Amino acid sequence: MDNNVVLTARGITMTFPGVKALEKVDFTLRKGEIHALMGENGAGKSTLIKCLTGINDFEAGEIHVDGISGPVKNHSTKDAQEVGISTVYQEVNLCPNLSVAENLFIGREPMTKFHTVDRKSYVKRAQKIMDELGISVDVTQNLENYSLAIQQMVAIARAVDMECKVLILDEPTSSLDDEEVEKLFTLMRSLRDKGVGIVFVTHFLEQVYAVCDRITVLRDGQLVGEFPIAELPRVKLVAAMMGKNLDDLAEIQKESTADVSKNPLEISAKGLSHTGTIKPFDLDIHKGEVVGVAGLLGSGRSEMARAIYGADRASTGTLSVDGKEVRIGQPIDAMNLGMGMLPDDRKAEGIIADLSVRENIILALQAKKGMFKKLSRAKQEEIAARYIDLVQIKTADQETLVKQLSGGNQQKVILARWLATDPDFLILDEPTRGIDVGTKSEIQKMIVKLAGEGKSILFISSEIAEMLRTCNRMAIMRDGQKVGELDHDLTQENVMKAIAGGGETHE
Amino acid sequence: MSKRSLWSKLKGWSLFLPVVSLLLVMAVNIIHDISVGANPFSFFMITLRETTGNGTILYGRIIDILNRGSEVAILAIGMTLVVSSSAGTDISVGSVMSLCASFCCMLLAGYGVSSTSTLAVPLIVGILAGIAMGAVCGMFNGTLVAYFGIQPMVATLILFSAARAIGLLLCNDLIVYVRNGTFGIFGGYLGIIPTPVVIVAICILVIGLLLRKTALGMYVQSVGINARASRIAGLNSKRIIFLTYLICGLLAGIAGIVASSRITSADSNNIGLYFEMDAILAVALGGNSLGGGKFNLAGSIIGAYTIQAITTTLYALGVSSTQAPVFKAVIVILIVAIQAPPLQAYFKKRSAAKQVKGAA
Amino acid sequence: MRRNAKLNSHTILLLITIVLFAVLYAGGCIAYASKGFTHLQTFLNILITNAGLICVTCGLTVVMLTAGIDISVGALIAMDCMILAVGMRAGMNAVVMVLIVLVIGVLFGMFQGFLVGYLEIQPFIVTMAGMFFCRGMTAVICTEQVSITQQSSELFYKWANTKINIPFGGYINSKGKYLVPYVRPGVIVALLLLVFTFFMLRHTKLGRAFYAIGGNAQSAAMMGLNVKKVKMSAYMLSSIFCSIGAICYCLNTMAGSVSQALGLEMDAISSAVIGGTLLTGGVGNVIGSFFGVLINGTISSIVKTNGKLASSWPNILTAALLFVFIVIQSVFAMLRNRKK
Repeated sequence: MDNNVVLTARGITMTFPGVKALEKVDFTLRKGEIHALMGENGAGKSTLIKCLTGINDFEAGEIHVDGISGPVKNHSTKDAQEVGISTVYQEVNLCPNLSVAENLFIGREPMTKFHTVDRKSYVKRAQKIMDELGISVDVTQNLENYSLAIQQMVAIARAVDMECKVLILDEPTSSLDDEEVEKLFTLMRSLRDKGVGIVFVTHFLEQVYAVCDRITVLRDGQLVGEFPIAELPRVKLVAAMMGKNLDDLAEIQKESTADVSKNPLEISAKGLSHTGTIKPFDLDIHKGEVVGVAGLLGSGRSEMARAIYGADRASTGTLSVDGKEVRIGQPIDAMNLGMGMLPDDRKAEGIIADLSVRENIILALQAKKGMFKKLSRAKQEEIAARYIDLVQIKTADQETLVKQLSGGNQQKVILARWLATDPDFLILDEPTRGIDVGTKSEIQKMIVKLAGEGKSILFISSEIAEMLRTCNRMAIMRDGQKVGELDHDLTQENVMKAIAGGGETHE
Repeated sequence: MSKRSLWSKLKGWSLFLPVVSLLLVMAVNIIHDISVGANPFSFFMITLRETTGNGTILYGRIIDILNRGSEVAILAIGMTLVVSSSAGTDISVGSVMSLCASFCCMLLAGYGVSSTSTLAVPLIVGILAGIAMGAVCGMFNGTLVAYFGIQPMVATLILFSAARAIGLLLCNDLIVYVRNGTFGIFGGYLGIIPTPVVIVAICILVIGLLLRKTALGMYVQSVGINARASRIAGLNSKRIIFLTYLICGLLAGIAGIVASSRITSADSNNIGLYFEMDAILAVALGGNSLGGGKFNLAGSIIGAYTIQAITTTLYALGVSSTQAPVFKAVIVILIVAIQAPPLQAYFKKRSAAKQVKGAA
Repeated sequence: MRRNAKLNSHTILLLITIVLFAVLYAGGCIAYASKGFTHLQTFLNILITNAGLICVTCGLTVVMLTAGIDISVGALIAMDCMILAVGMRAGMNAVVMVLIVLVIGVLFGMFQGFLVGYLEIQPFIVTMAGMFFCRGMTAVICTEQVSITQQSSELFYKWANTKINIPFGGYINSKGKYLVPYVRPGVIVALLLLVFTFFMLRHTKLGRAFYAIGGNAQSAAMMGLNVKKVKMSAYMLSSIFCSIGAICYCLNTMAGSVSQALGLEMDAISSAVIGGTLLTGGVGNVIGSFFGVLINGTISSIVKTNGKLASSWPNILTAALLFVFIVIQSVFAMLRNRKK
């Protein structure tokens, strides 16, 4: 092994039922570097991290750690910590009800000769550790009294004190403000200078370029490549993550051509925001228009939709539907105004797993009608049959539980649920994720058809190509805010440049 | 191979657990009857019998089980909905039963009167007020669970300890006797049929219709399975959870009236004692997951009668009423241990290993 | 960052509890001074009556810290008392019987802990079954009330009637006799257990692990704690403490019967909650729980001293307090979530 390398993973392969999550992925981490691990949803980042930290048992491949002879196979996070691999997650994995010092030492407390916990000695040591890392906290205070940023730094301090050689930071900055992020970066840089290898996972491009030395990009479970930061400008990074090579971007045939900009407004948001997830934005959508939302995961693209729909109650701003200002307290209000939303997290917010396909399809329509106007069984079956046919859901019968369907078919069930309510405005958040190519184009055609019927659609997708094919206009999201719109020259290259920001265009 | 698929089909049947338990209890009865030399089918015999108090009535062990299991069956209906929507249990129902009985009898007899044969208010007023008290208790629980986000068991703990005591206070620390023939009818006989059985039938009918004719059943299950997704699909999750607690309280009120009418008095200290445990057990025995979600009302009701059948059988075997809980405890632990995720995973692993072996 | 963070919501809750006790007790003293409420012995009587409850609450606090619950305690007391009474009636030595009861506590706790910790069954269901089991077993052992008399065990009788005098706080009664205030051995046992639990929770690895698991079980597991084992230990401690409490309880009642300590689990839970222990786990300590027991005891004592109030008032007042504290806890939790 190279003297300078702390961790190498070779040919890591991991399959989940039906999906190849990682296929022969290599990863190398050097001493004293901050290494960004990038990729869109489903690219395999978290699976790779879980393989490194012993949460997942990978099927093939080897992991070597500096100072340990032979391949390392971790079976738990504890194993991983023992060979020097520590992880800090976005959700801080500490105990908020214990003091900072205790969080640093729990499970490995120094003991007195009476077999009691030596509080005095570990408080002293904890204060020393925090002082050395330049984190100003009173270690006797409970962790919950400190901000998330400090909590994260405590988690990092714990890892560092356990003499970790590899520190994995999994989206640590997602809920921090700018100042806190800067503090975290200072800490990361000082650890780098001490020789720790840091793996940094984030969705924020700015941050990658602010602090990282090297980037590894994954896509669909495969390694795209490892690049020194200077050799991978933003646009190329976005292209690598999204799976298009800028050089061979073919012009994509657009399916919608009608000019809808003269149509009356369906939706008009002014200064709408939700504290902590999306900064104030304006957005107009005309009747019959398909507006795409381009941006990376975590850029605020889903959060914008949620604020409009009332899934997250808007903290500021106003929303007009069909020219009238409205207040939306919760989703049912939005539905009564003719909206519908297909959420991106199918499992958590989409399907009702233990109900049948029929019940899942008619749920929203029933909710809109109210509890006492129950759709008769015959009517339910008729509606379910119509939409199973329309969106071509592959299911044994209507009474099959929705959890028994494949992911793509579950997605179609939710699409059917919303089509059944006959909405005027439909939000589709990643409707084509995990769906085969044939179905993808069907859904795209359906979007265009719906728009042709005068419905408005907000279409969020990680695939720029499919948005180009269907959208009249695109909103560009970056780092939790809407940064602009594109309504002409809709090409893949332009959109990617807009997403990447920073004005870099060089080849 | 086909035998096995029949078995697995049977195992997949939603009423598998409750029906099998009930059959087991019947089997024990038959064996017992044979061993003591009685007619092996005496368990199923129903005869008409003359009594001094109630005239001609139906008589038999099954009738007895149906009659005495009524309160738990009524409670089990409400408990099923609560468990389904909130993945928690309402432990206050037994205590609420006692409060409703006390409130009703206090109104009928007048405050501070310990025994009466003339009613202070019309019978219907007392009965409705008692049931309304149950609804109020249900609303209290529902508010705490749905709107304050308190764990169901903790929220209902308050009324668990207070309701019985308030009932005692309403009755001025007395056992209030309402010695009026009409009040006794709810726990007595309607013609030849025990009235509680009729009341259970009405409750099942009303709740059944509510679940069939409105979308409530689907709403409750939907919220119980995935509250977040239900909200996105336009359901008001909190209101639905509230509603299930309200219904549960209302039914506890009805059960309280029945229990009180049975003894034509309000014995605050004893009415509904431990009934919450039986109701929860009935729900679990009915094949419902205590983790919420899909529910099976028929299962819960069969479960309730199974418990009564177990109790009656134990008495027949000479076990006293105070000793019976030991057997209930063993049954509860067996049911939940079989369903426990770590054990399920272990079984799955073993059967998978077996299959691999079989293939090789 | 907050400088005055020491005064967080948990300390506030504990303070409220202590102040509430002081106010209640002072109120009792003012209202019933003529009935002797002001004498030290009134306070000591609260301790004597509730010695068993203090032990049980200590154990229950530990279980609640891990975000669990144990409702089997009341029934376990009944079973333990019955075993003591029947055993001594049969001529067994008091010391042997006490040891047997403690061993039963260990085994019973181990079984409940195994079901909760290793089989991951909901604590409420497990301990509900435990409650059924113990209550039923009590009846299986004997359905009648069994008294412990001087004949059945000289030693146990001596323990029960031992007075431990307090050198101060005595008074002269109406007949001119000087009465020395005293406590019973059960109080000493309960207070020792209280101090032990306090130190165990604060200064041992296991104690801190209870807090860690209640705070965030997943994190605790990631930090290398054996969550299953720690959970099992909590239920074992609860049952052992409960058995110790049963001995104290038995020294007061000198009998075993099926209906003994009925609903005691709810008294213990409400004491712990009023003392600031969160049912969601991770927050609380036995000092708060101790004051919770004292508040319950004071309410009963006031109602008893009054003599005219209905016997159900203590239950209602305790439930009302429970309601207030649960709502305050939930509001605190909501505020904290909103801040995030």
